[in-house]
Amino acid sequence: MASLKSYIITRTLLAIPMILILLTIVFLVMRVMPGDPVRAILGAKAPAEQVEALREQLGLNKPLIYQYFDTLSGILKGDFGRSLIWGRRPVIDEIMDHFPATLELTIFSFIISVVIGILTGVASAYNYKTFKDYFFRLYGIVTYSLFIPWFGMILQMIFGVYLKLLPIGGRIDVFMEPEKITGLYVIDSLLTMNFPALVSALKHLALPSLTLGIVLSGIYTRLTRANMIEVLRQDFITAARARGLPEKVVVFKHGLKNAFIPILTMMGLQFALLLAGAVLTETTFSWPGMGSFLLERITYRDFTTVQGTIVFFAFFVVLVSLIVDIIYAFLDPRIRY
Amino acid sequence: MKNSIAELIAKKVKGKPEAYIAIVGAFIIIFIILLAIFAPFIAPYDPIKSVGKPLTPPNDEFIFGTDSLGRDFFSRVVYGARIPMIVALLSGTFSLLIGAPLGLLSGYIGGKTDRVLSLLMDSIYAFPGLILAIAIAAVLGPGIMNMALAITVVYIPTYFRMVRGQTLSIRESLFVVAARAIGARDMTIMWNYILPNVIPTIAVVFSLNVADAILTEAGLSFFGLGVAAPTPDWGFDLRSGRVYLPAGYWWLVTFPGIMVIIATIGFSLLGEGLSEILNPKLKEE
Repeated sequence: MASLKSYIITRTLLAIPMILILLTIVFLVMRVMPGDPVRAILGAKAPAEQVEALREQLGLNKPLIYQYFDTLSGILKGDFGRSLIWGRRPVIDEIMDHFPATLELTIFSFIISVVIGILTGVASAYNYKTFKDYFFRLYGIVTYSLFIPWFGMILQMIFGVYLKLLPIGGRIDVFMEPEKITGLYVIDSLLTMNFPALVSALKHLALPSLTLGIVLSGIYTRLTRANMIEVLRQDFITAARARGLPEKVVVFKHGLKNAFIPILTMMGLQFALLLAGAVLTETTFSWPGMGSFLLERITYRDFTTVQGTIVFFAFFVVLVSLIVDIIYAFLDPRIRY
Repeated sequence: MKNSIAELIAKKVKGKPEAYIAIVGAFIIIFIILLAIFAPFIAPYDPIKSVGKPLTPPNDEFIFGTDSLGRDFFSRVVYGARIPMIVALLSGTFSLLIGAPLGLLSGYIGGKTDRVLSLLMDSIYAFPGLILAIAIAAVLGPGIMNMALAITVVYIPTYFRMVRGQTLSIRESLFVVAARAIGARDMTIMWNYILPNVIPTIAVVFSLNVADAILTEAGLSFFGLGVAAPTPDWGFDLRSGRVYLPAGYWWLVTFPGIMVIIATIGFSLLGEGLSEILNPKLKEE
């Protein structure tokens, strides 16, 4: 177990330069690239003294290297600065208002993508080189090429506009919000036994999470298929069948279990795609998460908030990849430094 | 001349039925590129002029209907191919020209340079590409070149990682060791010995990257970070059509989205097929 411990420590230490690099990139993008945030905020015709005042207020008049360390030390203390608009709230508070919505959407989409992906992948491998196999392979290629806003709007059109079964935007009906505990409406309404809120939350969640889940499921279809074909050819599968085990047990318990590690690895790599997809899904469905928030603030030229949100995304990605890697190390004893 | 190329392709494809998907992909790409180039001849109307009643459903005169300003939607969809194709191909090329040489150099030199570059590239690679592109595009402002630059940054690490990985293994192979033994210079080894062996992979990665870049371009335009109105662009038209969706104007979102998907599938198929033709080892079965 000593090697597992040292793996976790090494892996955690490696996350630090990664965060620093991402912070530096974000800083460079926001400050050094052409384009002046102050001019962008105030407009090109603002009087010079007003420009100077804002520049000083934002600390933009200091040399770049000072600005860099100011930003960095602020972020490391958990201070993401203040929004430039609407009451100038601390950026981190604004982020925390929108983060649960994104988390809820990504969790449900993730579950949908894995379930659909694994089932179609197994079906494809099991029916190797038959019509079903070709169908699911096509499914894998086409879903990956789907443009999320388009697919989302087609679902909105069918289930929202024509069939009128599901809402096409928002997170929950007005005045239905459950008492805030975790910020995830499904969990909060369950915890407070607020079933009307639960139904409303699930109805609103259905289309966005299906959209994102289906688009991302193709990758799991392809991966599961490739690994299952390999596994189903092995002797222990034949042996399991010879022992007269039911086909379902052979395929899922003996087969899938052994094809699972590469699928798990993909789940970690997929996380960045899941977040990027969430930004597109949120905008399509007016889902009040981090993505909609980020784009809204870009239109208002609220640069401190935009920078803070991007930095938060960076932290989130590094943290998740760290957690995923540690989970693998527990599951697969071969993974060690 | 034409015949010999066709024969060459036929020879390559023979016995590899799955390589046909590369040809299907190539045909789709050619179709979209022709659409973009010959848009003025294909489109029946000016894409930025009002020519009919606003929001007319598809009919004989306007086969894709008209948009909210009475512009012929078919003409807009045809012209709309231009910006996504230009941006996707430009950003694919830029990121190749930056990422591939860096990968080659990093893998060949090794040592500290390699470690620093790899860490840098891995960090960018780990970050959600679209969100990075949004940040850059937001700072740069709208425009074709700015969009291309924002997307370029996202895909540099893909080439870097791929080329570096291959360089690492080719560097140790016998013919490179032999070249070094007879005193070949590092530049010669990289350019004449390693690069030709990496090119097939680069071709595959390029094709798959352009597929992804089309989606990213559409995403940026959909967010309003792409070109300014009234320029026709699939992602932007999808954004404009979104408002009219609850009222049931289905054609405004359906057609531009389908074009994005067709273009993406074209490059995906080409990439998948190429990887099967060029690297039989990578075949999944």
